[in-house]
Amino acid sequence: MEAVVDNLDLLLEGFLRTLTLTALAATGALCLGTLVAAMRVSPLLPLRWAGTCYVESVRNTPLTVVFALAVFGLPKAGLGLTFFQFALLALTLYTGTFVAEAVRSGVNSVAPGQSEAARTLGMSFPQTLGLVILPQAFRNVIPPLASVFIALLKNSSIASAFGVAEATSRMGSLIEDNPSAVLWLLAAVALGYVVLALAASLLFSRLERSLAVAR
Amino acid sequence: MEHHTDGQPPLVVLSGVNKHFGALHVLKDVNLTVERGEVVVVIGPSGSGKSTLCRTINRLETIDTGEIRVDGRPLPLEGKELAKLRAEVGMVFQSFNLFAHKTVLENVTLGPIKVRGVKRAEADARGRDLLERVGIGEQADKYPAQLSGGQQQRVAIARALAMDPKVMLFDEPTSALDPEMINEVLEVMTALAKDGMTMVVVTHEMGFARRAANRVVFMDNGSIVEEAEPEEFFARPRSERAKDFLSKILTH
Ligand SMILES: Nc1ncnc2c1ncn2[C@@H]1O[C@H](COP(=O)(O)OP(=O)(O)OP(=O)(O)O)[C@@H](O)[C@H]1O
Ligand SMILES: [Mg+2]
Repeated sequence: MEAVVDNLDLLLEGFLRTLTLTALAATGALCLGTLVAAMRVSPLLPLRWAGTCYVESVRNTPLTVVFALAVFGLPKAGLGLTFFQFALLALTLYTGTFVAEAVRSGVNSVAPGQSEAARTLGMSFPQTLGLVILPQAFRNVIPPLASVFIALLKNSSIASAFGVAEATSRMGSLIEDNPSAVLWLLAAVALGYVVLALAASLLFSRLERSLAVAR
Repeated sequence: MEHHTDGQPPLVVLSGVNKHFGALHVLKDVNLTVERGEVVVVIGPSGSGKSTLCRTINRLETIDTGEIRVDGRPLPLEGKELAKLRAEVGMVFQSFNLFAHKTVLENVTLGPIKVRGVKRAEADARGRDLLERVGIGEQADKYPAQLSGGQQQRVAIARALAMDPKVMLFDEPTSALDPEMINEVLEVMTALAKDGMTMVVVTHEMGFARRAANRVVFMDNGSIVEEAEPEEFFARPRSERAKDFLSKILTH
């Protein structure tokens, strides 16, 4: 218990970094995933093909491998970034595939008559998608997106193995220094993740409700 | 009634149009000309290809062979040109297809603002006028789901009209409506026809056909079997298939 209280500042700092990493990766993944979903439903075959290749290759690679590829592979290709930036990149690329699949299922859940009506008015494909389809698609996929982002929060702990001093990595070094307090430290960090995940759930269910009223 | 306008081509011309869905031949050598200001009602049994015919005119369905001209120009194949043509051809669907996440007024102004680049204030004013014209001015700020079917369909008509279309296509606009709401929609359509709008209407509402149509086109099994003025068609159908069809719908 003491080990937790005495090192609360370090743990909180770790969680702050976890939160920053998660929030930035979530934002990036949302943009990337939406773009890729749009590519996968576009009328242009090369775009659909590129989108599918990205999703199927990255989604089916273990996240640890994606991290390793970013951290060890990219410097070889001449890209020098901080560990945090590599972690952000890996998490964004990985989570983007799940966002893309969620958004695509949302697009498919919108009645086909909606896009026909939009095209009938003379809207282009990007207009149809951006003004009519995606706004409705997002409403339909808020719960699965919440799951994707909670998974992202937990996945961000892999960054601890690649030099990022986020919550899990702080826990690791604190356990080394205070081996007798291992259970307390584990419990405290677990609690921290649970609190963050619950906060995210709450945020998303509020978002879902506020959008549902607007119908 | 005389619809030939000097020097101006007919608004819609289908010549030798064929269309397959897989092995199914849904449009067989269809020829149809719609003059300016003309109202053509298309009737025929289920599956005869009426919707498909209607949807080829703004290329929601592509065709295999033949040619379709709107206002003298062949239908563009795709891209900006096709979008531009679609903006000039209004369409009203059986299932309304209003944008569920937009208010009634936004449904009517979205096209003009985003496709035509009209200023919002101007589009709003015009949109409210149009909603007034179809009798639902007070519902402007509601969402489609809060409206009855008849009201939704009138919004859909206003939405199409907001683009100032040259021709309006209606695919069974009253088939999804409760009986007591059918008339409010047909009245709006009749008024449109009186105002000189060129219309292609797939419907089995014979009252509307008698009141508003210049011509009835009877389709069966992918072909246009018979064309005539409404009174003539309903009183003296020439083909056996039309007689048979009419005897079935008239008994109801
Ligand atoms: N997208 C499609 N794919 C395959 N077959 C289709 C498709 N759309 C229509 N068909 C078939 O084409 C034929 C003509 O359909 P269409 O919808 O044009 O008929 P319709 O005259 O409008 O019938 P209804 O009165 O039932 O609306 C039908 O046999 C139908 O099953
Ligand atoms: Mg039909």
